[in-house]
Amino acid sequence: METAIDVRSLRKIYGATIAVADVSFSVRRGEIFGILGPNGAGKTTTVECVEGLRQPDGGGITVLDLDPRRDRDKVRQLVGVQLQDSQLPERMRVGEALRLYSSFYARPADWRELMGLLGLAGKENAAFGKLSGGQRQRLSIALALVGSPRIVVLDELTTGLDPQARRDTWALIEGVRNRGTTVLLVTHFMAEAERLCDRVAVIDAGRVVALDTPAALAAGADASQRISFRPATPIDDGLLRDLPGVVSVQRTGERVMITGAGNVVNAVTSLLATHGIVAEQLRIDQASLEDAFVALVGHEHTDDITTGGTNVG
Amino acid sequence: MSADVTTLVGQHRSRALAGLTRAELILFLRDKATIFWGIGFPVALLIIFGAIPSFRKPVVPAAPAVSVLDSYVPILLAFTLAIIALNVAPPVLAGYREKGILRRLATTPVGPLRIVAAQLIIDVSMAAATMIVLLLVARLGFGVAFPRQPGGFVLAVLLGGIALISLGLLLAAITATSKAASAAGAILFFPMMFFAGLWLPIAAMPSVLQHISHVTPLGAVVQAMTDAWQGQWPHPLQLATLAIYAVACTAAAARWFRWE
Repeated sequence: METAIDVRSLRKIYGATIAVADVSFSVRRGEIFGILGPNGAGKTTTVECVEGLRQPDGGGITVLDLDPRRDRDKVRQLVGVQLQDSQLPERMRVGEALRLYSSFYARPADWRELMGLLGLAGKENAAFGKLSGGQRQRLSIALALVGSPRIVVLDELTTGLDPQARRDTWALIEGVRNRGTTVLLVTHFMAEAERLCDRVAVIDAGRVVALDTPAALAAGADASQRISFRPATPIDDGLLRDLPGVVSVQRTGERVMITGAGNVVNAVTSLLATHGIVAEQLRIDQASLEDAFVALVGHEHTDDITTGGTNVG
Repeated sequence: MSADVTTLVGQHRSRALAGLTRAELILFLRDKATIFWGIGFPVALLIIFGAIPSFRKPVVPAAPAVSVLDSYVPILLAFTLAIIALNVAPPVLAGYREKGILRRLATTPVGPLRIVAAQLIIDVSMAAATMIVLLLVARLGFGVAFPRQPGGFVLAVLLGGIALISLGLLLAAITATSKAASAAGAILFFPMMFFAGLWLPIAAMPSVLQHISHVTPLGAVVQAMTDAWQGQWPHPLQLATLAIYAVACTAAAARWFRWE
């Protein structure tokens, strides 16, 4: 498959801070590719280098076989960008912004149609300053798409959206991809990466620590299975710990929680059967991308991630 | 497709500047405070001053041909330049950086420079339009003659305009937020207007204040315009003062301006 974006050994330093130490990945055409990582991991700096906003200190980037700095005129026609925290003048109206930005591109999309797709129909004359957070975010996505880009880079796509608006936006992004646009997505939201991305690069401290499909990343975690139950009669934790594949055994009150990989579910249930112990309120969960993420980047960062629900600040 | 894109780039850039300028004009006209202070206020002041009988008397007995009103017209022209260059443009430009608008434009084929250019085109046009209105109202409403040395007058206005706009750009360069730019503009505006003679005409100032006035941008531009009004070429000292401000502020603004 053809490559849309190729990042090789990217390095970016600000003064004494190494923002990006060594990042390599390649995005295929037509793919939704996610960049996941804790705050300060270098996600935004990486995509800023892809967008041509920053000059890398090392390594190479090609975007549609072009250099984002040297061929910036062409790259800017072909890549649409939604930046984190980018606003518009308070008094500028939605329709004015879309018409203005569409005039920047050689082959603009129909901005009225985009307004409809993004749930902004009827907001043409609304001033940016009067829009809700969600409406601003959707306008920002519309502006990223107004040039009919071949690649669209979305940084914190659904931050500030309510759950329904988030699902609608995900459906929209899938629609954009289905029409042939490659999507590079920077996100905090595990559910978003799991739902949208074909592949995900997990970046931590300026390096790629994992790169795979969300399902493969989740399955690859050490403790990909989670079994919890209330034993009807007491059971010795030591017996459970000695089972093949068990990673941890924890107790919360009367409840036992076992995590492990491979055939751990079979091992636990047959042990319980051998001892004649009934497992009450038995629950078996598959690990999610979030579990894999926590395993990859360590527990100190887990405050930064959000599993869904409302939003991050 | 790529060769095609290249040929379209130039064409779209000039169209983009036109589009940005139109957008900036609409935003300018929607800002009632700017319209009031930048356009309405100097014209209203002129009408009020013109209606006061004592303003028809000479500023100083030694020069009976120059009435107080005559001496105020250049001051109100300078007021217009100063309001737009120091109090309108810097908060807008610093705000565009603060809100990430310049950075956002850097990701489009148009780039961030053109929105700064568009804003300056609107500022200069609005200042020029207001100054023309002031000249016409003074002439038709209150019999204030046009400048007797028009070439010197235009030169003084151009140099003064460039000096003030570059000072405004410097303010936008060194302030991080729109609010800080507003505050810096306001802090500069009042002492500068004092030395331009808003409260006390330059000719009526003690000589120490006159000397200080002549090396401030607004004092220099008012003195240069006043000289041209009375039929003389502006003094080279004032023209040089304005040129030095223009060059120094432009260089400093270019040195410190950040796009994000």
